[in-house]
Amino acid sequence: MKYVDEFRDGKVARSLAQTIAAEVRPERRYHLMEFCGGHTHAISRYGLRDLLPPEIHFIHGPGCPVCVLPIGRIDSAIELARDHGVILCSYGDTLRVPASERMSLLRAKAEGADIRMVYSSADALKIARDNPGREVVFFAIGFETTTPPTAVALRQARAEGLKNFSVFANHVLTPSAIQNILESPEVRELGTIPLDGFIGPSHVSTIIGSRPYEFFAEEFQKPVVIAGFEPLDVLQSVLMLVRQLNEGRAEVENQFSRAVTREGNLKAQALVAEVFELRDRFEWRGLGEVPYSALRIREAYRDFDAEVRFDLPYRSVPDHKACECGTILRGLKQPQDCKVFGTVCTPDNPLGSCMVSAEGACAAYYTYGQFKGSAEVAEAS
Amino acid sequence: MSANPKPLKRGYIRPLDLKHGKVEMSHGGGGRAMAQLIDELFQQAFDNPWLRQANDQALLTRPEGRIVMATDSHVVSPLFFPGGDIGSLSVHGTINDVATSGARPLWLSAGFILEEGFPLADLKRIVDSMAAAAREAGVPIVTGDTKVVERGKGDGVFINTTGVGVVPDGIEISGDRARPGDRILVSGYLGDHGVAIMSLRENLSFSTNIVSDSAALHDLIAAMLRAAPDIHCLRDPTRGGLASTLNEIARQSGVGMAIREEDIPVREEVEAACELLGLDPLYVANEGKVVAICPAASADALLAAMHIHPLGQDAAIIGEVIEDSHGFVQMETSFGGRRNVDWLSGEQLPRIC
Amino acid sequence: MCLAIPVKVVELLEAEQALVDVGGVRKEVDVSLVDGVQAGDYVILHVGFAINRLDETEAQKTLAMLREMGVQPEAAA
Repeated sequence: MKYVDEFRDGKVARSLAQTIAAEVRPERRYHLMEFCGGHTHAISRYGLRDLLPPEIHFIHGPGCPVCVLPIGRIDSAIELARDHGVILCSYGDTLRVPASERMSLLRAKAEGADIRMVYSSADALKIARDNPGREVVFFAIGFETTTPPTAVALRQARAEGLKNFSVFANHVLTPSAIQNILESPEVRELGTIPLDGFIGPSHVSTIIGSRPYEFFAEEFQKPVVIAGFEPLDVLQSVLMLVRQLNEGRAEVENQFSRAVTREGNLKAQALVAEVFELRDRFEWRGLGEVPYSALRIREAYRDFDAEVRFDLPYRSVPDHKACECGTILRGLKQPQDCKVFGTVCTPDNPLGSCMVSAEGACAAYYTYGQFKGSAEVAEAS
Repeated sequence: MSANPKPLKRGYIRPLDLKHGKVEMSHGGGGRAMAQLIDELFQQAFDNPWLRQANDQALLTRPEGRIVMATDSHVVSPLFFPGGDIGSLSVHGTINDVATSGARPLWLSAGFILEEGFPLADLKRIVDSMAAAAREAGVPIVTGDTKVVERGKGDGVFINTTGVGVVPDGIEISGDRARPGDRILVSGYLGDHGVAIMSLRENLSFSTNIVSDSAALHDLIAAMLRAAPDIHCLRDPTRGGLASTLNEIARQSGVGMAIREEDIPVREEVEAACELLGLDPLYVANEGKVVAICPAASADALLAAMHIHPLGQDAAIIGEVIEDSHGFVQMETSFGGRRNVDWLSGEQLPRIC
Repeated sequence: MCLAIPVKVVELLEAEQALVDVGGVRKEVDVSLVDGVQAGDYVILHVGFAINRLDETEAQKTLAMLREMGVQPEAAA
């Protein structure tokens, strides 16, 4: 596969890792937050931790839109299917997430609700066209990468005058989440979590560009390297961050230059702005309420807003008391530090957002890294 | 002396309309309609001495050796896919379940649950496919059953096949026999069947040349046992893929496993399809592959024997069994890093994230 | 986040769709989010949509840098 295989070359990876080992200063640690489920996945899948020197420490940020989706919103989606009898179209990721009363979209489907997995918002539109007598709701989730496809669907629905189609919008914004993490008291003032730099998200950045990150680098004096999706991209970005930190720089660098520009995809941005506007606040699982962090459908498209079309009261549902996701998402703790990790909370029975999707910090660690044992991990911290 | 009496004039019995007809409730009712269905469709296709006797059971000669029995129910959707259909799949699947004990498969049974309204043309296609698969494998379908359920209560057709075989002396194959030091082998490319099926699922439609690998493995396994009679474990990695099979055996045997990503054969197209959907080929179903675990000393001979068989040409040694009380299956990535290959959690679903 | 994969545009279709190929697998996707897509271009595919085009020159530059970065420095750092 072109543009993929070249960036997965094991030999280059090993020599890159050696360069990183040669350049890290042995007296310090490099705490790098990767804010992208895809990066969490790449690090785990290729065993990158094994290649890197112990001075490098990855923190998994809240980069998984499924993980940060609050239980209350999934409850609403289930309610739409179960009580309002709509055809609910959802991406595969969300189907298994446990909501209230031990329910999930999959369980609701087993009990007779018409819930269908789709690969694309276009599929949901097609279902609406094919079922003119039924209400069809598209359960939209995702960061800035996934928002333009929803916007296209909404625009098409309006152009076609599709009366039975609406969207339950849960799109969230990356910079707001980063800001929330950087502004949490522990990081800013107390310096309790060492958070030295960011491995910036790949595909979100193709849409929003590298510009939005300049604010963080400047204001919080933390370097950001926008990294491509493949393991060599991640390794190269780690090296770039190590160099910035060694040299005392705090800039935005773009490693994923083959797909990311400073301005981003302006056409996609414009379309999103046409269809969506900012919500004042939105609850993020694990982070609580975050201001200006999510989108809702604009007035002009309100006819297609499921939250307007259907009466959907929102009930906030707290996570399990023992769940440490909030601290794990901020890099304050590791999965193993959570009392319920691996015991009550497992990928088969996830209690909190970090275990819910394969990209969550806890799920990734459980699935890929558990066998290493806590002794080895403690040594690496 | 009376002359031979004239034969009674029999009423005209219209043959089954195998082109346009549909399954009806009467086809499962035990009466004439059912007898006709069995006669004109099943018996015609499967034809053998047992079925010709038209009894409710097949009288079999007791074979010498230890008897093995396996059963499988087939609910695959779609019913027809590139490389096979539910019929051939049901024959191959049960033959393989029997064969992975080291047994020579002898006989099959086939039970059908048909949905009212199911096209007879499709049923004929499936039955003919089963007959061809059974003939090619040399394993007859000696007895069967048919039931019909009301429209809406079935998925077109469900098939259950049961197989009986016999294990020769000296062969001891079981999931709990893997030992540290043993080598782990796979017979060829992984993930073909699952991807072929998925390419037909609505909403995931992508076009590919990938064809299901559905095949009867008993002949390959017989060749493998001739080359390496001391094989410890054999299993076909169907649902849940290679990863699930290895985790199962690791748990049964109380050992761990260490495999190498670079040595695991996966076609480029299968990799691409998995990348597109966010799936891991290690967890994708296979229907014509076998995993073998054998003592280190036998591995090379076993691999050579597999390579000269048409179904084992792409066989590879992918790793070793190791000491590990946790039963983890570890994989060395192409980067030299290590990752765990865990049990599958629920069903693998395509993801966007 | 965002499972996305680079794919090659094989043919432009009507209604802002295109046929793309990755490793021999083909799919019809929406290209309305990227201007001026041509057959032969590489785009990033996410949930059935092309979200951006891949720049060949930049890709080559990155690959060259990767290989160079992997070279061990002669003297100790």
